[in-house]
Amino acid sequence: MTGLAALAGAVPDPELPMVTLSDLGVLRAVRRGEHTGEVVVELAPTWLGCPAVEAMAADVERVLRAHGERHVTVRVVRDPPWSSDDITPEGRRKLAAAGIAPPRPGGPVLVQLSAPARPPVLCPRCGSADTALVSAFSGTVCRALRHCAACREPFDHVKER
Amino acid sequence: MSDEATGTAGTAGGTAGGTADATATGPRGAAGTAGTAGDAPPGTRETALALGDDALILSHRLAEWAGSAPVLEEEVALANLALDLLGQARALLSLAGDEDALAFRRDARAFRNVRLVELPNGDFAHTMVRQLFFSAWQRPLFARLAERPGPFAAIAAAAGPEIAYHLDHAVTWTLRLGDGTAESHARAARAVAALWRHTGELFEPVPGLDWLDPAALRADWTAHVTGTLRAATLPVPGEPPPPGAPFTGGGRRGLHTEAFGRLLAEMQHLHRSHPGAAW
Repeated sequence: MTGLAALAGAVPDPELPMVTLSDLGVLRAVRRGEHTGEVVVELAPTWLGCPAVEAMAADVERVLRAHGERHVTVRVVRDPPWSSDDITPEGRRKLAAAGIAPPRPGGPVLVQLSAPARPPVLCPRCGSADTALVSAFSGTVCRALRHCAACREPFDHVKER
Repeated sequence: MSDEATGTAGTAGGTAGGTADATATGPRGAAGTAGTAGDAPPGTRETALALGDDALILSHRLAEWAGSAPVLEEEVALANLALDLLGQARALLSLAGDEDALAFRRDARAFRNVRLVELPNGDFAHTMVRQLFFSAWQRPLFARLAERPGPFAAIAAAAGPEIAYHLDHAVTWTLRLGDGTAESHARAARAVAALWRHTGELFEPVPGLDWLDPAALRADWTAHVTGTLRAATLPVPGEPPPPGAPFTGGGRRGLHTEAFGRLLAEMQHLHRSHPGAAW
């Protein structure tokens, strides 16, 4: 069983291929039906409109079938909803190494006049804290676009949720 | 111009759904997640249609900006908002039946969205003020839904952070436009004046949401919206029109604007022209 979970968990994210479904915390459970032998995989989508979830489901199914499993069902679960806090430390390290700033702990950080103090988003290239939000929306629904004042490079940041 | 429903060219028509199998296997079934109307509490279908149609139609309107937004970043942002809302629509409509049948094979009279979301985009200020009015309503509503055990709790909880980002985006732009140049201020003020009469409909009763206190929801909405408008130096038109006031509603009863017929014609064209087609 742990073998199946490892196989499913090692599937790369279609939009952030530097991290696996396991790194992202998207893989919730892998179970085998006691009598049916059916393998049920539960995935939690990062965002409700995440178009990658269908590709994830197809990829997981393909991997498990290639491993000899005949009955594979992939379910999308939303309870509890995925949180950016579900990304593992290893996932955060891989994101930063690929030039994408990992989310900070503790949910959405919104523009407010009296916003509580939060750790800055560090530039994943040069490490500078002197970065600014360009847009809360970027190439995928889970990422924001930021700019680094020190190295003058734009970079993506996985949004807190 | 007629303010009543306009028929669309479709033939399949009627109220689709209710019989669909929401547990189909395959990619669509996987994305649609579980949830059938079988033993759902009364009113589930009506609520799912109302909230799902709101998200679906606003998603379509926002997607119309693709290719014509003022700057590239805003094009990406509006497409992201549209995608988030489409995800909400799919999850909600799947509670009422087959999402494709509900989106592409219903006629205007069977849609339950508020008119606010179907109105043409207007200029950028118009689109942003509409987003402010809608997201400031959706946020407290979904927060209440997330806390109430039932078929909507998980979807509402998952949508919460997305809605927070939408509202944040709309507030930020309203501040920037209202407190910006004379031109941006004038356009934002015009949008507020034009859209205000359509906000009363947000607080009309929805079957299945009888447990909601509309006055409290309205108070939350009013506080957020008027606070934002004042900070943006924009005039606040006063109380939202009461439910039932002239021109304020009808969408929840299937009475839509003339513009809605054109929106549906475009949105449903491909599916109706090629029934059963798949990518």
